[in-house]
Amino acid sequence: MKPAAFDYLRPSSLEEALQQLAAGGDHAKVIAGGQSLGPMLNMRLAMPSALIDLNDLTELAYIREGGAFLSIGALTRHEQIAGSALVQARCPLLGQAAKTIGHYAIRQRGTIGGSLAHADPAAQFPLIAMTLGAEIEIACHGGSRRVPASAFFQSAMTTALAPDEIIRCVHFPTISVHEGTSFQLFNRRHGDYAIVAVAVTVALEGERVVRVRLGLSGVSAIPQSCDDMVRPLLGQVANAAWAAEVARAVRAAVAPEDDAGITAVYRKELTEKLVQQALERALSRAKG
Amino acid sequence: MSHVEKRAITLTVNGKNHELLVEPRKLLADALREDCRLTGTHVGCEHGVCGACTVLVDGKPVRSCLTYAIQMEGHEVSTIESVAIEGILSPLQQALHEAHGLQCGFCTPGIVMTFEAFLKINPAPSEEEIRDVLSGNLCRCTGYQNIVKAIQQAAAQIRRNADHVAA
Repeated sequence: MKPAAFDYLRPSSLEEALQQLAAGGDHAKVIAGGQSLGPMLNMRLAMPSALIDLNDLTELAYIREGGAFLSIGALTRHEQIAGSALVQARCPLLGQAAKTIGHYAIRQRGTIGGSLAHADPAAQFPLIAMTLGAEIEIACHGGSRRVPASAFFQSAMTTALAPDEIIRCVHFPTISVHEGTSFQLFNRRHGDYAIVAVAVTVALEGERVVRVRLGLSGVSAIPQSCDDMVRPLLGQVANAAWAAEVARAVRAAVAPEDDAGITAVYRKELTEKLVQQALERALSRAKG
Repeated sequence: MSHVEKRAITLTVNGKNHELLVEPRKLLADALREDCRLTGTHVGCEHGVCGACTVLVDGKPVRSCLTYAIQMEGHEVSTIESVAIEGILSPLQQALHEAHGLQCGFCTPGIVMTFEAFLKINPAPSEEEIRDVLSGNLCRCTGYQNIVKAIQQAAAQIRRNADHVAA
């Protein structure tokens, strides 16, 4: 398995990369970590005329706090996010999810911008972006725009990114220290893409649950926010029975499809189990 | 694109510069094996799953089947050939030998490179941490038990060596 021939460009600035991308038309492709694009090239599922290598744009690798957001540059590697004390303090859900992406060597190279642009329906960062309502900042020639995650992800492997645009960074709303969080996934082999994954944040006032953000992947073509399903169950006492009730409600509301090897009912069962586990874990952290 | 000119690149491997003429699509793994004649890096699945081709780029473990040689200009590549120094095995290699951490040996170079890097960052890993990292390297012979034991043994030796240097 060898890739088809491609030309290779190595810009030294984002502006230069954007110019090269515009000049290359639909047939040029940007490469960052290459951990998803690489296999597609090797298997000839993708045959771009040119690769525009972003790896020299180290100014796009950063994790910064500003206002109510944690901003992460597109070239930031999964391992930097997984090991970041700032992420752990301000957006722990993101760090918990980053630790589960692929394998150790994959995390050294893979980037958050690449994961969002690739938009695999089972990937971690799109799920966290959707759960928290992150905003994706996109650079185009001579400007930039911010797109909320809910508008960015359009279908499996399909985003709002135009052919001449590059993700510059992503802004995640920070999580309060009083909120408990949990990320849970199920896969058949450690490091594989999840069959179903759940991300939650839970805030308490006294004994009662006042806010829940709950996102789910593996039951639809893009990660799904389940906040509307949970809303009728807010205000109740936070305990295992409440977690089980929410999990049953979410299971009833999702509508996965049968696919090769994995039935819809299996995905629904996983959903219920993982939502319950994630809520219990998040509750214990919120009470912590 | 049907035809792309070969490019002259400098690939720095194990501290030595190799002047190569390669197509941009040439995998780092293939450049190491075919152009640099360093065949210790093994090629298994060619899509990032098996881990056999893992090498270090600037000290970090990377799949050499998911990177292209041309991308490596300006970076330092280290392969399995750099690990034993003048025939003396590294603590990790020695431990794999002593604990029977390999049988056919095909996956071993990738495992060695992954853990040479990991044990530098975390010389006292838990078994769970070892198994998490090891999950990125497929071995079809051993069942992993003795690989885990070897890594634990190597970590202990690396810690003793560090204490010895400190004292």
